[in-house]
Amino acid sequence: MSLPPGRTRPLRRPRLVAPSRLSWRDLADESLAGILQRPARSVLTMLGTVLGVGAFVAVLGLTSTATGQIGKSFSLLQDTTVTVNDVGAQQPPDVTPAGFDFPNDSDARLDRLNGVIAAGVWWSVQLPEATISATPLSTPDDASSSIGLFAATPGALAAMQPTVQSGVLFNSFHNSRSEQVCVLGAPAARLLGITRIDDQPAVFINDIAYTVVGIISDTRSLPQTLLGVIIPSSTALKAYGPPTNSPAQALIHTQLGAAQLIAAQAPLALRPDQPQLLQAVPPPDPTSLRNAVSTDLSGLFLTLAGICLVIGAVGIANTTLVAVMERTGEIGLRRALGARPRHITLQFLTESTTLGLLGGLIGTSIGVTTVIATALDRHWTAILNPATVLPAPLIGALIGLLAGLYPALRAARIEPLDALRR
Amino acid sequence: MTPPRTVVAAPVAALHQVSKSYPGPPDVHALHPVDLTVEPGDYLAVSGPSGSGKSTLLNLLGLLDRPSSGTFHLSGIDVATLTEAERTALRGHRIGFVFQSFHLLAYRTALENVALGQLYVSTSRRARRTAAHEALRRVGLGHRVHALPTTLSGGERQRVAIARALVNSPELLLCDEPTGNLDSTTAASVMDLIEELHTTGVTVIVITHDPLIAARADRHVSIFDGHLDELPLHAVRETV
Repeated sequence: MSLPPGRTRPLRRPRLVAPSRLSWRDLADESLAGILQRPARSVLTMLGTVLGVGAFVAVLGLTSTATGQIGKSFSLLQDTTVTVNDVGAQQPPDVTPAGFDFPNDSDARLDRLNGVIAAGVWWSVQLPEATISATPLSTPDDASSSIGLFAATPGALAAMQPTVQSGVLFNSFHNSRSEQVCVLGAPAARLLGITRIDDQPAVFINDIAYTVVGIISDTRSLPQTLLGVIIPSSTALKAYGPPTNSPAQALIHTQLGAAQLIAAQAPLALRPDQPQLLQAVPPPDPTSLRNAVSTDLSGLFLTLAGICLVIGAVGIANTTLVAVMERTGEIGLRRALGARPRHITLQFLTESTTLGLLGGLIGTSIGVTTVIATALDRHWTAILNPATVLPAPLIGALIGLLAGLYPALRAARIEPLDALRR
Repeated sequence: MTPPRTVVAAPVAALHQVSKSYPGPPDVHALHPVDLTVEPGDYLAVSGPSGSGKSTLLNLLGLLDRPSSGTFHLSGIDVATLTEAERTALRGHRIGFVFQSFHLLAYRTALENVALGQLYVSTSRRARRTAAHEALRRVGLGHRVHALPTTLSGGERQRVAIARALVNSPELLLCDEPTGNLDSTTAASVMDLIEELHTTGVTVIVITHDPLIAARADRHVSIFDGHLDELPLHAVRETV
């Protein structure tokens, strides 16, 4: 500011003129009028934000609804099996001298746990150069050499949930007396040429006879046993000793929903003295499964929603900029009528923010409607997280605010005398 | 310090050796140092061809621009001592603008357009509406308060714009080519209105390139190549 020579500006002086003011209510009115004067354009401007926020809400709502549903279906079938691994057997022999850490009464110990339907220990018996056949004194290069030998407690056999084709399963009587009996998987029986059991056939393992008591056609767990001969565990221990190369495992069939609890309790129930020798593996936790699914699904769609929001922001910025150009005369007039640059900035910022907020509100409504309609159509339970739905309109407002920043500041810089000469 | 508004005898506008030049090779001297005093109740016409410096003078008088040198007192206030915010406020309070192209907001009624004149000055909406009604009655549009500018004739639009300029009871009514967009009959009736307002005590400055309009004023200055000359009254009357 140039001052005539000989005069200095006083440091403090009373205000000569009170500065212009604009009440919040008037600002809101002016901005609303600015939006409503071009309703069609305002709606089109909002479209990007509507789509972005709508996609955001719909994606989050649909994934939470769908994963709720997925969790329900999964838990019905898969959440009822717990395995307990013998980690003690995998350590060097000097730490755990015996390679078998399950107690002899494993079945009974596990059965006592509330929620266990059937449980027991099994392992694969490794016999190098073993011959398994339906006749004694057979040659080793038989077609039946691919047949495996498994040891299982009666509980483990039941926990496999086998489908008995003929005969019966061996029971605790056979096990306690180390009887020479076995159960055959149907494919193994076919390989051995055993089709019926009413004539009491036998399987010869290294020329020791085992009476076949039953043939199973299918199992829910451990399908590898179908191509094998299953003998009672005490018989196996007596004849071949504890498991060597492949350690024993406990198999527990639990009631629905009990798997996580049983997994926590099983090692202690089996080995209260050294539970660290055993490690329980529960089925995937329904909650963690759900989270994994939602992360996979929503990642892609949230990216799309983000792109929509960016497009929305660009749309608002563009339209506001065009509006500023178009309304240069109005801006000049307002400046002549006493508006300060900040009043102009605030007016255009309020307009763009309101547009963003309106877009956000409409988008949220559309998103929520989409989720509910989809859930109704599929007979699902709609799940909407308030933490994502309630702030969604504010995302729109934030987009509007950011998008309006440049045009609004530019509007404030318009020189009134240029604007008024138009 | 005595509040300047109590200085009754202060001229509405007093320019002393005010000039305006735009820097940059070569410097453009839009206005050479001029002295001009506008007393309260004056009716002054500024005429000159386009490019003569009319607009520059208007911008300086309307506080839309700052002089390069000289002092300018508006109602006794040295505007050079004001901050930008104060200049803006002073412009809103003390000066009413009438433009060639009306500058009405197309989507607002006449009443809302007039009320806009006080938006940044008064925060009471009721007071603004009452004042706008009164101003529209004063310009003879009391029956068209709710009409949109698009439904008004050119003359009516300029009357709305004049009402907007009047609504703040400004000390100076600054009219920039007020009849530039109007036919001669309408122009005459608008000038009649401006003169009628002048007789009620409003200080009026009309900037025009039309000698017929300029001749109607009490005082007449002509501007040519940035030089200002006040013409004696009889000279004006004789040229018409």
